[in-house]
Formats: sequence, structure tokens, C-alpha cells
Amino acid sequence: MKTLLTITLTSLLTFNIAFAQTPEERGLEIAIESDKRDTGFADQLAEMLMTLRNAAGKESIRKVRVKTLEVSGDGDKSISIFDQPRDVKGTALLSYTHSTKPDDQWLFLPALKRVKRIASRNKSGPFMGSEFSFEDITSFEVDKYTYKYLRDEEVEGKATFVIEQFPTYQASGYTRRIVWVDQEIYQPLKVEFFDRKNSLLKTLTFHDYQQYLDQYWRADRQEMVNHQSKKSTTLLFNNYQFKTGLTDRDFDQNSLKRAR
Amino acid sequence: MKRIEDQFGAWVIQWRWLIIIATLAFVTFAFLGTKNLVFTNDYRVFFGKDNPQLLAFDDMEQTYNKNDNVLFVLAPKDGNAFTAETLQAVHELTEQSWQIPYSTRVNSISNFQYTYAVGDDDLIVEDLILDPASITDSDIARIRDVALKEPNLVNNLISASGHVTGVNVTISLPGINESTETPEVTQFSRNLVNEFEQRYPNIEIYLTGMAIMNNAFGENSLNDMTSLIPLSFLLMLIMLAILTRAFAGTAVTFLVIGFSIITGMGLGGYLGFPITGPSTSAPIIILTIAIANSVHILMTLRQRLHAGADKKAAITESLRINLQPIFLASLTTCIGFLSLNFSDAPPFRDLGNFTALGVAGSFFFATLFMPALLSLLPMRARQSTPYSTRMMQNFAEWIIRNRQTLLYSVGAVILVLIALIPKNELNDVFVEYFSEEVQFRVDTDFSVNNLNGIYRIDYSFESSEPEGISNPEYLIALEKFTQWWRAQPEIRHVNSLADTMKRLNKNMHSDNEDWYRIPDNRELSAQYLLLYEMSLPYGLDLNNQVNIDKSATRISVTLETMSSNDLLAIEQRAQNWLLENTPTYSSFDGTGPSIMFANIGKRNIESMLIGTTLALIGISIILIFAFRSPKIGLLSLIPNLIPAAMGFGIWGLMVGQIGLSLSVVTGMTLGIIVDDTVHLLSKYLRARRENNADTFEAVRYSLVTVGPALLITSIILVLGFLVLTFSNFYFNSSMGLLTAIIIAMALIADFLFFLPLLMKAEENCNENITNDNTHQPANV
Repeated sequence: MKTLLTITLTSLLTFNIAFAQTPEERGLEIAIESDKRDTGFADQLAEMLMTLRNAAGKESIRKVRVKTLEVSGDGDKSISIFDQPRDVKGTALLSYTHSTKPDDQWLFLPALKRVKRIASRNKSGPFMGSEFSFEDITSFEVDKYTYKYLRDEEVEGKATFVIEQFPTYQASGYTRRIVWVDQEIYQPLKVEFFDRKNSLLKTLTFHDYQQYLDQYWRADRQEMVNHQSKKSTTLLFNNYQFKTGLTDRDFDQNSLKRAR
Repeated sequence: MKRIEDQFGAWVIQWRWLIIIATLAFVTFAFLGTKNLVFTNDYRVFFGKDNPQLLAFDDMEQTYNKNDNVLFVLAPKDGNAFTAETLQAVHELTEQSWQIPYSTRVNSISNFQYTYAVGDDDLIVEDLILDPASITDSDIARIRDVALKEPNLVNNLISASGHVTGVNVTISLPGINESTETPEVTQFSRNLVNEFEQRYPNIEIYLTGMAIMNNAFGENSLNDMTSLIPLSFLLMLIMLAILTRAFAGTAVTFLVIGFSIITGMGLGGYLGFPITGPSTSAPIIILTIAIANSVHILMTLRQRLHAGADKKAAITESLRINLQPIFLASLTTCIGFLSLNFSDAPPFRDLGNFTALGVAGSFFFATLFMPALLSLLPMRARQSTPYSTRMMQNFAEWIIRNRQTLLYSVGAVILVLIALIPKNELNDVFVEYFSEEVQFRVDTDFSVNNLNGIYRIDYSFESSEPEGISNPEYLIALEKFTQWWRAQPEIRHVNSLADTMKRLNKNMHSDNEDWYRIPDNRELSAQYLLLYEMSLPYGLDLNNQVNIDKSATRISVTLETMSSNDLLAIEQRAQNWLLENTPTYSSFDGTGPSIMFANIGKRNIESMLIGTTLALIGISIILIFAFRSPKIGLLSLIPNLIPAAMGFGIWGLMVGQIGLSLSVVTGMTLGIIVDDTVHLLSKYLRARRENNADTFEAVRYSLVTVGPALLITSIILVLGFLVLTFSNFYFNSSMGLLTAIIIAMALIADFLFFLPLLMKAEENCNENITNDNTHQPANV
């Protein structure tokens, strides 16, 4: 009886909200839903093949393994380990990401045999030389942005919510992003990035979403195009694994040396 | 030809209304074409699509990032950039410059990514100036210390003495609407300068950079057109009023000029020629040449009217006498200008084509429209005997009397001037393309004298293997090359990855100075590079310095402003050094706009040599056929070639430097100065053939009939080209001056050298002619 009441109340409330909501509230609501649906994967492993392309179309390839530990209430922790190019094999980056303050980062250089903490407020620089910046690649957290729902739109036959997101981090490289969120899986299909003077800088598209553990959707391929520099980056992911039992101890400075 | 000439005048008068209406219709059509004219704001237009230096530069820009920029130079009046106020201004300007349209990166001492070690394990990367509002004296001292020791900053964004500092903005134009993008950037930047100069009255701000230079090209083209064209119209109005003292003639000539300019520019617009610095002089040149054509018609007309002919008869006669020489003169002038199509620099091709179209138009307007309209207007004869006729008669006698002396003395002067030609040195300093009255030039000179330089050479230092730049052997070679450049007296700044690698090595060893050296193993270098790559701020990526497969890095060298020869010499020195010291890594040339401009003069002279020779051959063939005499045709080569030689001799004495635009002057003036020869020879031959006159009499006849007109047209041409000396572009002002000199020389050489030479060459022929003819006035 009590459950029934709750359900009734909730649906009534939702019903009300749907009509009385401001675009900001609606945007936030969709963000919360996206975040909720992606919560609980605990940890994740993936292999990432990165193809960098310059304006002339010349390419170079990097191979990185990425381990991620879900952290509730803050940004996730991750370790990226380079496999290729050969000269940087074994180089590993540990980062504790935060939504509204600088990330903590440690880098292990095997040739130097040392772990160095890198203190920088900069999240908008290029991630491993790609067109992705650090802030593009880190996990989605609700408080990374403020939101404004714009409209519904169809993207390649899929219904999406179009939402404007404004970074909360002071030193962000963007004034805003526009995100097309798939209404079915609550994952982004397309993101447009606007630079500090509010000009279109980059477009990111997500392709070939797969569902893991009946819940978590991951795109096999991401394409980022920089409209100003005409450069682009393709990320190909494979061998996704979830809930492998990683803990905080696998994401500390000591683990970085053993990461290879 | 003869039949055409005889009936032409009658035909024109018969069909005058049709001619006038057709002319107006055509001019209207041409006028609509001027809508298509666009001003170009890009220094790259000076280089043809297959210019090897441009291709090398394009390749460099494709491999690394494209580097158009805006540079603000801040000069505090107290001569110290390291004060709280100035640092605050630098910080604010850095922040606000991100708002400049199409900006992709802003660099200054304020946001310089300062990396330093704390203890053994921490590496800090932060902006050099973090919070200028609460800056303390000790912060300022630390900032000053770091900035003045940083090789990436000194003589680049901060002067070595710390008295001026720069904010450099990288601009990446989308190139969708080229005519508006650069002005947009410039306007925004200028507004920033104004705003900051108001807020910081103790700081002067100078604005330069490639984007601003590009804008200056377009802006000054427009300025030139709007100031110089009215000036030349005014000048010509005065000239015509004085010379012809006839309202109808002046008014009709003005229409001919206007129509010719509209034809040249409008048809050029239809054909898609852009307006660039050099082609802005086209309207003025068309104007000048169109007047010259009209003057010939008008002068004869006046002479005839004076001799008592009625208006129709005078017009018919003027056309009969002038049609062939004006046609030949226009044809040869067109050929001369069309020879500019051989120029390596497209703007000069455009200049040649615009002008050729306008000159062709002026021929038709002067021979069809002008007489047609004049026949409808009231004209009356002047009473007094033209002073010019008497003067010319005396002048002719003087020349005939002194022909031997003139031949040898003027010949000697000519030889001396030819000997002076080698005093000219090739030089294209592209900053100096702008006159000192142009703000861009003023600001750039300040920047070059106080902060950095605009002469930059880029090298893509190749390792020839992927990831090869981490090889210690490669990095040591790169370091040596960097050091070699730093030891050159002309150097301002070197930007090299070698410095970055050394700094990182030091940083990763707790800032121990002993480690300020190239890492000794390949993996370590590669890993530093990865670290560096990951620490780069927004808008910067490694691609500025490193190519995509990491087989090469870009080393950028900034030099003081110097002559093209010196620049090419120092580049050669660098190549020699590479061959001797780092033979493994030596197969690349320096590139960049300064190298491109340093080669353009030479390339243009080589390409124009072909164009000018072909024009000369073509013109000579035309003259041989027109005069039906190989001897006269070949003889005419002499007065056609000598003036340019004399002009360059005088230039060698006066200026001594020739650049891009002067390489096209010979071809261009050839077509103009040939006109003198054509008019003089056609009258000479008419006297010889129609009147059976001997050489002396023919010289007299040609001087009296065409001498005044030649004198007047030469004065008009000289003045017209002198108007160009007021141009904001050096390539226009120097071209105008040299052309004016050559045209003046042409008249001198024709009268004082060629006529005596002609008399000498035809001495033998005189025997065939009866002596009674000698003093009979020519009746043609």
C-alpha cells in the first residue's frame, strides 16, 4: 500500500514537473537520469586505439589501456597505460578527476623509474596529443555542468534531447557544449563544443553503442573533429570488462609503477 | 590600311550617333563588372600557385600548424614591463584576446606555462602570472627572474631588458569569406588597443603580426584607390586645361579616360582578377595612357582647325593621320602590359591584364567615341600661331645641325648610365613594402626594434624515421643547430624543442641545473615528450613543433630585418653548417614568408626576362610590318631598349635597390615608350614616302607634326606615373618613379640620340633624293 502510494505520488509529481519545469530543471533532470543509469559499474577495463589525424590527413596511432574505478560523489579514478608507440610503452597516468577543481595527476615514466605528481589546473589541454581534452575524456558527473534543455530532435533516426551544458569549472576551455542525448539509452550521440569566444570548436560523435551487463552502454567508436584546426581523432574501444574487482589500492601511486 | 584611314573619319561622322550609343551601352556593361572586384587581404597572393617557396611553406603549414598571428606590443612609458600595473594590463589583454575572432591561442608572459619542481616528486605547471590583482613585489621579482631567463620568452614575448612585452594571438582563419575575415580580426584588435590605451594611459600599445599585415595590404589598396585616382584626375584636368585650352576637348577626354578605366576594371572584374596592392595602380596607368591617346587626336585636330579647316575636315584629317600610330601605340602598349603575365607574382599579371584591357578600350574610345562626340560639339580655331610649332622648327634645326655632337655625347651619357646598372642590388624587404606613413609599418618597426622580429625562418628538422626525434643523437644535432643559430650576430630568437627537452630533464631531476641537458636515452626523451604533450594548455598542441609521426620537429628562427641577399646568404650559411656538422640531418631548406619574399625578386626578374624578350620580339615584328622596312624596324629597337637601360642606370645611382615591382617595369614601359618611336617614325616615313623628303626634311616634318604631342604626352605620362609615388606601397611608388624616369629618358633618347642616329644611318639614302625638296614644307 505504501509502495503504491509512493508510486502514485511520484508519478503525479513527475507529471506536474513535466509541465511546470523550466528548461534548466528539465536539462538537469535528464543529466541526473543519465548519471543514474550509468551508476554501479564499479570498475571498468578497456583497450583504446587512438588514431590522430592532421589537417593533411596524415595519421598516427597510439594504443592505451584504460582502467577506471567508479567513485561516488566525485569524479572517477583512472589509470591509462601506454602500449604504443614503443618508446613510451609502460608510461602510465593516474588521475583522480574532480568536477569543479583541478584533477590530481601522477605520471610514471619507466625510463626515469619514478612517479611524479603533476599539479596543473589545466583540464582543457589536449589529451595525449588528440583532439580530445582532459575534460572531454573524463567521466560524466552531474555537477560538471549547469544545464538547459533546448528541444527534442532526431539524430540519425533516433529521438534525442538537445541540451546545452555550461561548465562549472572556472578554467574550462569551453563556454558551453550542446549535447544530443539518446532518449532511449540516455547516452550522448553527438556533442558540439564552443570555445571561449563562443565559436564552434569541435564536434564529437558516438557510434556503435553496445550494452554491457544489461545496463551500461558504451560506444565502440568516437569521432572528434576540430573545425578550427581541421584535425581529427578517432577512438576505438574494445575488450570492455566491468566489475573486475579493482579497488582503491589499484589506483594509488604504488600501483602506477606496477601498472604495465 | 591606307583605304581604311582615308575613309575612317567620314565613316565615324556618318555613324556618330550609333557609335555614341554603342559606346554607352558597352561602358554600362563593363561598369556592371566592377561589382565583381574584390580586395585581397593575403600576402600569399604575391606567389604563384607553383612557386617552390610557397609550396615548401604550404607543406610546412600542413605538417605543423598554420601561423597567422596578431601581436600586441606593450611599451610602458616608464620602460619597465615588470610593474604591477603593466602585468595587470598584460594579464587582462591576454584574457580578452581570446575573444578576437578566429583566435585559437593567446601567448604572453602572463599565461606562459611555467614548470618547476617541488621536492623530489612534484612537478608544478602553472601560469607565470596567476593573480595580478594581489601581486606582491617579491612575486614581481620572481616573475621577472623566470621570464628573463626563459629562452622561449626572451626576445619573443619579453625584450631582453624587460622594457616591452608582447601578447601574441594565433589566428586560424576559416577562409570562407576571405575579404571580411581579416578586417574583422583587425577591427577587433584595434578596438582592444584603444580600450587598453584608455584604461592604461601609461602604456603604449603597438599592433602588428601577419594578420595585421594581410589587412594592411587590403586596406592600403583601398586607400590608394580612393586617394590617388581623384588626385590623378585633378592633375590631368589641370594639365588638359592648360594644354588644350578647349572646353569640349577636355570634357570629351575626361569621358574617354573614365570609360577606359571602367572598361579595364569592369572587364577585369568579369574575368575574376582581384584587386591587390600592385593592381591598384591600374586605373591610374589606364588614365594616363588614355589621355596620351586622346591628346594625339586633339593636337592634330587643333593644328588643322588652326590651318583653317572646318570641323568635319579637321576630324577626318586627324583620324587619317593618327589612326595607324594610335593603333600601333595601343597595340604595343597592350603587348607590353600583357608581358606582365610572365611575372611569377600574380598581382602583376592582374595589373598587366587590367591595364591592357583599359588601353585597348582607350584606343576605341579615342578613335571612335571621341571624334563622334566632338563632331557634335562646338569647336573653334585659336587665333595665334602655336608657339610650339615655331619652337619645334628651331629645335629640329638645332638637332640637324648638331647631329654628330649629339650622337656621340648623348651616346656617351647612355653608356655611362648603362655602366651604372650593376649598382642595383636585389632587395625585397616585405615590411618596407608599406610606406612609413602606414600605421602597420610604424608599429612593426617598433616591434622589430624593441621586441622581436618579423623575419622568421622555419626548418623542419628531419630525423627520417617515425618517433626518430627522441633519438639522443638527433636531439644533440638539433641542440647544436639551435646553438649555432644563437651564436649568429643577426639572431633575435630561436624556438627549438631542444630547449624544452633540456628544461624537462631538469624539472624531472628536482630542478637541478646539472640536468639541463639532452636526455641520454631514447625512451626517456620519448616519455618526456609525452609528459610535455600532456601538460600543454588549451589551444596548444605538440603539432606546433612536432610532426604527426614524430619524425621531425620545427625549429623557428627569428632574425633582425635585413636585405634579401643577406637573408639568403645566412640561410646558405645555415645549410653549409648542417652539411658539415650534422650531415645525417641536413636535407631540408628554411622556409617562411621572409624566404619567399627574398626569392620573389629574383624569380620575377628571371620570368620577366622571358616575357620582356617576347614582348620586344613581338613589338619589333609589328614595327617591321607596320613600317614595311626591316631596317627601320630593327633600328627602332635601339630607342625602345635604351630608355629602360638609362632608367635603371639612374636608379642604380639614386637608389641602388630593386625589388619585386621593378622587375616588371622594363616590360611595362617598353610598350609605352615604343609609342614615341612609332609616332616619330610614322611621320618620318610618311614624309619620306609621300613627299619624297630627304632625311633632314623628314626629321623636321616629324618633329613639327608630332613633336609637341610627344612632348605633351610624355609630360602627362611622367606626371601620371609620378602620382603613383604617393602610394602607400613601395612597390607602386618605386614603380611609378622608375617608369616616370624611363619615359622621360625615352623622349630624350628619341630626340637627341635616335634622330641623329637615324640621320646617320640614312645618310646614303639622301643621295637618291633630289635636293629641291629639301626646303619645301611638307604638305601632309
